[in-house]
Amino acid sequence: MNLSSFIDVFHSWPSLLNGLVMTVMLTLISSFLGVVLGTLCAWGSLRGPKALRWFIRGYVEFFRNTPFLGQIFFIFFGLPALGLRLDPVTAALVALTINLTAYACEIIRAGIEATPAGQFEAASSLGLKPAQAFFLVILPPAFQRVWPAMTSQLVIILLASALCSQISVAELSYEANMIASRTFRNFEAYIVVTLIYLGLAVLFRDMLSWVGRRFVYGDFATEAQR
Amino acid sequence: MSNLAPSAALAPALPVSASSGAAIELVGVNKWYGDFHVLRDIDLTVNRGERIVICGPSGSGKSTMIRCINRLEEHQQGSIVVDGIELTNDLKRIDEIRREVGMCFQHFNLFPHLTILENLTLAPIWVRKMPKKEADELAMHFLAKVKIPEQAHKYPGQLSGGQQQRVAIARALCMKPKIMLFDEPTSALDPEMVKEVLETMVSLAEEGMTMLCVTHEMGFARQVANRVIFMDAGQIIEMNEPEAFFSNPQHERTRLFLSQILGH
Repeated sequence: MNLSSFIDVFHSWPSLLNGLVMTVMLTLISSFLGVVLGTLCAWGSLRGPKALRWFIRGYVEFFRNTPFLGQIFFIFFGLPALGLRLDPVTAALVALTINLTAYACEIIRAGIEATPAGQFEAASSLGLKPAQAFFLVILPPAFQRVWPAMTSQLVIILLASALCSQISVAELSYEANMIASRTFRNFEAYIVVTLIYLGLAVLFRDMLSWVGRRFVYGDFATEAQR
Repeated sequence: MSNLAPSAALAPALPVSASSGAAIELVGVNKWYGDFHVLRDIDLTVNRGERIVICGPSGSGKSTMIRCINRLEEHQQGSIVVDGIELTNDLKRIDEIRREVGMCFQHFNLFPHLTILENLTLAPIWVRKMPKKEADELAMHFLAKVKIPEQAHKYPGQLSGGQQQRVAIARALCMKPKIMLFDEPTSALDPEMVKEVLETMVSLAEEGMTMLCVTHEMGFARQVANRVIFMDAGQIIEMNEPEAFFSNPQHERTRLFLSQILGH
């Protein structure tokens, strides 16, 4: 192997670019939906009616304790048997979102449980309704507490999106597969794509820490959080 | 324990304000935590403008009793009527009562992610639906009243304990409550900060606020209270005017308690 053996890979830059765009899209959409739904699940699992709590508990346990690949296959190949046929990209988005929601729910729940009970009592004594107390008083500090853990989880989702290649979603890993089988440059193709993932992950982490400073910590960031 | 110098205007205890009628009425209130009988047949009528100090050993049920009044705790037997509204499981009634009853906690419970000003305006904006500008003005008015308007744009973590507790009082006052509950408001404070919080509470008392205060600040009780209640094992053991309560306690248990807290 020498540098020239990478040239075949670089010649395929348009497909790499397409793959990159797809990976970024899958990550951003599922991250946004996963965090929003994870927050609602965390609320439901702590304050919802008993049946809802049990349902969320079961959902979280199931999706945190089964392989992501199996989850994608079930959604893409299994659901059509139940009459629901999804195209590969939609199936990938659904799988990533459902998986992330389960983890995000647990992360946010931990942040909420670490909030002193007195905060909720103070909000209640001021006449705030439970939902207002949750979203205005309990959630913001809970998010501050767990944002580093959430950042890691979102980077994991970026990397897990590689598995979507298995249901023929044309993201980065899928394009690497295609380039490798076209050029027989297996090693080079995967090296290049791995480095792109590394760059993406670092960039995504920096972006999330900016989001943290701008929206999660606000003015009241400790030095470490800045 | 801090001793507030009794001012001439305040000694003896302030008179109850003219408007009469019960602000709070507890009849036969009982509460259990599992098997533990935490409140036993509590009967208490608090008149409008009256200031009551509740003392007693820890675990005697004094905090639980005042927390039942705004439904932070649920009672299982008896009736609690606040400002003419009987407390039931009806959420609308609970909301109504909470809008009229302010509360201050031992650990202040300010919202750490909000500035002092935002802590004060949160409830007026979301509960009273007040425009932000009006809420800001109201908040600044009460911050000036508790003598820390210059801290408006800081965060709770940047304030001393005494300042935080004064903010907590101002936050409750922004809802214009008719009744204020204090749950050991000075117990978590450094000794030199107790005085500033008590002074704030005294000025509130001077304005005729109905107050129920769980505290062991006996100087405050002498100066401000119309009645002092001693609780033990979930019961009201003794209730009297401060002068009689301190100089001539009727029950052995009260005498023992007073000798312990006044004896050092």
